Amino acid sequence: MSTGLSVVVFAFSLFAGFLGSLLGLGGGIIIIPALTLALGVRIHEAIGASIVSVIATSSGAAIAYVRDKITNIRIGMFLETATTLGAITGAFIAGLISTRLLSIIFGLLLLYSAFTMFKKRYSDLPTNVKTHPLAERLHLNSEYYDNALHQNVKYQVTGIYPGYAVMYGAGVISGLLGIGSGVFKVLGMDVFMKLPMKVSTATSNFMIGVTAAASAGVYFSRGDIDPLVAGPVALGVLLGARIGTKVMERLKSKTLRFIFIPVLIYIALEMLWKAR
Amino acid sequence: MSKKNAAKDLFDAELFISSSLRTGVYLSAMVVVIGLLLYFAIGQSGYQSGEFPTTIGMVLAGILRFKPASIISLGLLLLIATPVFRVAASVLMFVLEKDYVYTIITLFVLCILIISFFLGKAL
Repeated sequence: MSTGLSVVVFAFSLFAGFLGSLLGLGGGIIIIPALTLALGVRIHEAIGASIVSVIATSSGAAIAYVRDKITNIRIGMFLETATTLGAITGAFIAGLISTRLLSIIFGLLLLYSAFTMFKKRYSDLPTNVKTHPLAERLHLNSEYYDNALHQNVKYQVTGIYPGYAVMYGAGVISGLLGIGSGVFKVLGMDVFMKLPMKVSTATSNFMIGVTAAASAGVYFSRGDIDPLVAGPVALGVLLGARIGTKVMERLKSKTLRFIFIPVLIYIALEMLWKAR
Repeated sequence: MSKKNAAKDLFDAELFISSSLRTGVYLSAMVVVIGLLLYFAIGQSGYQSGEFPTTIGMVLAGILRFKPASIISLGLLLLIATPVFRVAASVLMFVLEKDYVYTIITLFVLCILIISFFLGKAL
């Protein structure tokens, strides 16, 4: 790969890291098509690079989000038990279950969630949330300082069981299909557990790195992580994520949701399109 | 434990996790940068076109010969290890905080991660 090409890879990775850190996604939706369609990189190496991109977005963004307490580390750790178990299940049942059926189910779930999110597009913070007893026991309720609202935001956590189930599903999907788990994590927290949008995307960001790391070893030993492709991707994404965190902390949850909804619809349609 | 104490502990915890991530990220980025600069400087990766190291042993062997691709791969491996390192650091932190519920939760995640690494080898 030439110097010029590496600069191009670096540039769109910067954008992928930026968007991923805002929305709690790994950036695969940008990295994979950009590498395969625009640069002619083989699909396996593009997926390998996107796994690296997920880890880079997650770790790069979490440095700031965790420090500034926007990430709820307890919720993250608790839900990681579901996503990692799901990822292992996914690896086991690959071949036993129709990925087509799963893609349809989850594609429809995404569309439904996009609709739910659209309905509450004007509300900034969740209101009247009744704490789940388990949230109390696990100390999941918390607060953060919102740089856009200039106030401390206290929040309660509800819907633990459906949230946990969605996380498990997100893990299965990422174990089976290798991608797209960030979007379900954000949804699980936003739609079911009723967390503020910023906390949802930051906590999703925190978690996706762990899920991706679980499968990265496989991709590495399989020869899918080409250093000349994944190296520039990693650097671009890390820098993009650092910039993204600075912007996200100043955005309102409402704005974040506005950016999230079209991305959500795009991913939903892509899943349904692939299952056709 | 009083409520005030719990809040203080959690704040320390967040700084601790944030800096463990920062260490991993900066270290891996630095190694990738060195590898890429070397690659641009000498104009070759040290391997045949389309080939690169796929095991830790090959990466280390390549580094001893200053092969740019293996230096970049080392940086990527450090990056991949960062989330695992973060989970391990959290286990330690919850033990120190005497928060046993979360010690078990994070230990569980760490175990699954380790199992999945071995499963990956078998697959």
